[in-house]
Amino acid sequence: MFRNAKSLTGLIILGVFTLVAIFGDLLAPYGPLEKDFTALKQPPSAQHLLGTTHMGEDVLSQAVIIGVTAGYIAGWRSESLSALTNVFLVLPGLPLMIIVASQQENPSLLLVSTVLAITGWAWGARVLRAQTLSLRNRDFIQAARANGEPIHRIIAVEMLPNLTAIIASSFVGTVTAAVLGLTTLAFIGVIPITNLNWGTILFWAQQNGAFPDYWWWYVPAGLCIALLGMALSLINFGIDEYVNPRLRSAGERARAMRKKGYKVSSGITTVADRPDLLEDSVTPPPPDSPHVDVPGAPVHGDDIGAVTEADQATGGPDVIPAGRPERSA
Amino acid sequence: MTTLEFSHVSKKYKVRGSGDLLALDDVSFTLTSGRTIALVGQSGSGKSTIAKILTQLERATSGEILLDGAPIPRRGRALRRYRQQIRMVFQDPFASLNPYHTIRHHLERPLRLDHVVPNDEVDAEVHRLLERVHLDGGVVDRRPHELSGGQRQRVAIARALASRPSLLIADEPVSMLDVSIRLGVLNLLAELQREANLGVLYITHDLATARHFSDEIMVLHHGKVVEHGPADDVILDPQHPYTRALRDASPNPEVHFSGTGPASSRS
Repeated sequence: MFRNAKSLTGLIILGVFTLVAIFGDLLAPYGPLEKDFTALKQPPSAQHLLGTTHMGEDVLSQAVIIGVTAGYIAGWRSESLSALTNVFLVLPGLPLMIIVASQQENPSLLLVSTVLAITGWAWGARVLRAQTLSLRNRDFIQAARANGEPIHRIIAVEMLPNLTAIIASSFVGTVTAAVLGLTTLAFIGVIPITNLNWGTILFWAQQNGAFPDYWWWYVPAGLCIALLGMALSLINFGIDEYVNPRLRSAGERARAMRKKGYKVSSGITTVADRPDLLEDSVTPPPPDSPHVDVPGAPVHGDDIGAVTEADQATGGPDVIPAGRPERSA
Repeated sequence: MTTLEFSHVSKKYKVRGSGDLLALDDVSFTLTSGRTIALVGQSGSGKSTIAKILTQLERATSGEILLDGAPIPRRGRALRRYRQQIRMVFQDPFASLNPYHTIRHHLERPLRLDHVVPNDEVDAEVHRLLERVHLDGGVVDRRPHELSGGQRQRVAIARALASRPSLLIADEPVSMLDVSIRLGVLNLLAELQREANLGVLYITHDLATARHFSDEIMVLHHGKVVEHGPADDVILDPQHPYTRALRDASPNPEVHFSGTGPASSRS
């Protein structure tokens, strides 16, 4: 994961935010003008970031459990879980938050987080359910069932790892949504303005007519929000490549092929003139050799990366006439 | 010696909006250790439904399935013991192995689930299984996508054998494989069958291999058994028009010496 440029960038951005958040007090007392806005901007981000991440995790576990369970267990139990999800799905999150928050003199961050959590989990659960439904009928799950694997093991060991990418992305998506939601609330002025964060910066900037002349007042806060969102997305891409063994080796394979001078995207099957690249059905290839497809070697339409375009060009595995018997004597 | 009796089994699927679909209509056969029955028919003829019912991924609507005289248990440990006796190799080796897990995981799970060997011998047993399917021990820590189709299907076969079943269902085990390695995998299956005296239900739409590897051939058409008999009889002297059509449809040199069919005009 750390060798991946995308996720590395994301992690660095996130790391910088965290560092600034933690050491904000040290960074703050510099120049007079500098001081004002660093002090305003940075310390809140610590609280902000931690608060929302915390909440995001809550959301995550709810969504995962409900989504995967609903996806795997068929029948009315699934239908009722799914109906529950739908109810929460149509709850308008932001207005509800505004209402709840405005009921209280001084709504705590915890309260806001709770509302965000209640309204935020359904989408993830819904997506997960759909994905699980499709996973459920895959052969390897059927094989596990036929082997007599208990349901909890099928869900936790066979299915969940295959859903990691989606779970990670919905986690990141929810965190982003929560950050934006909180910022929006602060901007509207629903949560107390003494509670400093990027949203309140924008709030004050707007209140004081900073737009458009005093750009240094609102641009940093806006940029920070955007950067944080980008960092989270980049990390998400990285997680995706990391947890999906196929994507991972496709990336490695593509890199290896580039090194050897093959163009991955050429759409032409590379005909290997090196016997060590030929696939042998009995002995595995040496660990470092790139997987280069040769005509006649088994290919798989699902494989992403080096072989994909070649698959399409040749019609993939279907090109083998499935019904033709071979000489059996 | 294990005997599986599949008697008068029917399976109905409820299809929303358009009534019921009768996938299996009164199908009966008996499979015993050491014998191979080939189940032949086109897509949708009910071949895979039989496999699903035998592995209890689906339940039969009516009829009786007896393993050594006892009906299939509904749940719990008894069902697990039934499943330990009858294992399946799936058609598509690209889909039947979990992409997330290593080969070791795939072979260890059935060993541990059914307590086939003591825990400290699991690793040795995994390697022994790989050896039986002629795979190099180096593949244990690889993931399915790093193997070729033939290698994956060998892993799937090893997994099916891990629980030491007495019956094996092979659902079109080579149809997704490259032509050049099909025979190797089929020969492996035949070899393993002899070693372990397995009863094999070989599901296929390939009449030539059905004849070569099976004792009996059963032809399925729209969920009904239209022909069932010794392999040579069914191929050389098909009684049912559907079997004849099926045989004539395959451009197969093996069928050639029966003297009929388009195969003779090929040269």
